[in-house]
Amino acid sequence: MNVLEIKNVTKRFGNLVAVRDVSLNVAKGELCAIIGPNGAGKTTFFNLISGFFPPTSGTIAFDGQDITRLATHQRVVRGMARTFQITEIFPELTVFENVRIAAEVASGYRLRPWVNRAEAAKVQQHVEDTLKLVALENKAGRLVGELSHGDQRAAEIAMALALKPHLLLLDEPTAGMGDQETYQITQLIRKLHRDSSYTIVLIEHDMRVVFNLADRVCVLDQGRMLAMGTPKEIAANEAVQAAYLGNAA
Amino acid sequence: MTEQSRKLIVLVAIWAALLFAPYWMAPLGGYTALATRVLVLGLAAMSLNFLLGFTGVLSFGHAAWFGLGAYGAGMSLKYLAASTPLAVICGILLGGLCGAILGALLVRRRGVYFAMVTIAFGQVFYYIAFQWSSVTGGDDGLRGFARAPIDLGVLKLDILSNAEVFYYFVLFCFALAVGAMGFILRSPFGRTMIAIRENERRSRFLGIPIERHIWIAFSLSCFFMGFAGALYALVNNFADPRGLHYSQSGDFVMMAVMGGMRSFWGPLLGAFIFVVLQDYLSSITVNWMSFVGLLFVLVVLFFPRGLLGFFQRSKA
Repeated sequence: MNVLEIKNVTKRFGNLVAVRDVSLNVAKGELCAIIGPNGAGKTTFFNLISGFFPPTSGTIAFDGQDITRLATHQRVVRGMARTFQITEIFPELTVFENVRIAAEVASGYRLRPWVNRAEAAKVQQHVEDTLKLVALENKAGRLVGELSHGDQRAAEIAMALALKPHLLLLDEPTAGMGDQETYQITQLIRKLHRDSSYTIVLIEHDMRVVFNLADRVCVLDQGRMLAMGTPKEIAANEAVQAAYLGNAA
Repeated sequence: MTEQSRKLIVLVAIWAALLFAPYWMAPLGGYTALATRVLVLGLAAMSLNFLLGFTGVLSFGHAAWFGLGAYGAGMSLKYLAASTPLAVICGILLGGLCGAILGALLVRRRGVYFAMVTIAFGQVFYYIAFQWSSVTGGDDGLRGFARAPIDLGVLKLDILSNAEVFYYFVLFCFALAVGAMGFILRSPFGRTMIAIRENERRSRFLGIPIERHIWIAFSLSCFFMGFAGALYALVNNFADPRGLHYSQSGDFVMMAVMGGMRSFWGPLLGAFIFVVLQDYLSSITVNWMSFVGLLFVLVVLFFPRGLLGFFQRSKA
């Protein structure tokens, strides 16, 4: 069964066509990587999926329901969570507090003036489990703004995970990271994919990460879907090589 | 000393200071009515800060809801019945409901645009109060009412002529409002307010409908503001159109920023400094505001987190 079904989606900004007639199905449990040169429309495509803005034409279905016109928070409630290219966190709150907000929203408590003991304990447990998953359990009391870049990324992923998503959208999870941090985040994503069988769509520039993790790779170029296939097929694809290396190749 | 016990001590100290204010303010050259004014304006600054400091939304027209609260209480006493509780309820409802209705039109604006529209709305109410003389008393303000003593059955509270009794009545109201604020801020809803302040985009992508939450926070803040305004009418036995003016809104923002808008009690400290300075300096010079303004500039330059924010940080 497909978690995500995107049909002929186009996004125009005035005369610029950022995403042109792109279709993509993502199966349950799949890890799909989106790659492409700068300005290929990857982030725009991500914004269309997560509801940052609606597409000019085309449809998006999530868990079998049309979500093309739904607002962001309605998509989140249906089980879609995302991270950003530039980490979006609550820097002046602790790691625990960051994740707790997500856990409380996911539990449907966001408008509640109070929670009883049992509910608070459940939220607490959920936060602790999530922090353990991303190996931040020992930094729960630290302010997120004071953590290393890699740990901030992990905290952002923890917030997304605390929403109990059916689909995890990761926008360049290793952006700006050194080798060691890249390795750790790659391990984390692999664990989420293999052990916890999350359905994941990610944008990535680091080809080692992509070919390491992805079940399937989609290549965007100038807003179009240039190629789609297993990492091996993509590595051998001449059109992709041309897009990346220029027409000289 | 743990963080928790330190907080408890601070809390006990604040309430003790408030509880005994009529006794320690007099020897220091103050008087009970001054303490009452500090409480009421402190409540107003804390209500504004509920929105400014904890949701991160700057309203520059909050005096409108304060003034409406005052007129609501005053008109209830003048035209409806000589009942203080009824007057307070009318003030809360008038300020809160008007704020909630107009707030619904505001929540899509952000930053300076939000502040500008709040000023505009505030001025609308100012001119209504200023022009509609037959009902509001116009430029002269609403006069001809007085707070009524409260009859509790076994005990009659003479809040009209006994300044101490009135202070404790206001302190009781203050405690109710501040308790409610603290309770909300510790709730899951309160945490979504702080989330919105910290990072709006992240909050949206955690599934929080930002506009709705800002609207609720704004409306709650208006109800608290109406409460403060109603008490202010009782303090003065008078409702002044200048209480709705944007310069009054500016005073509230000044109190909140001076005291420390990231701390819960900061605006009360700001209001204390503002009111005491005003009281002391205005008997010496008509230009008292220049001195308050100078102090404000110094605080913003050297203690950008406000006075209480500074103390909290140096302790930590």
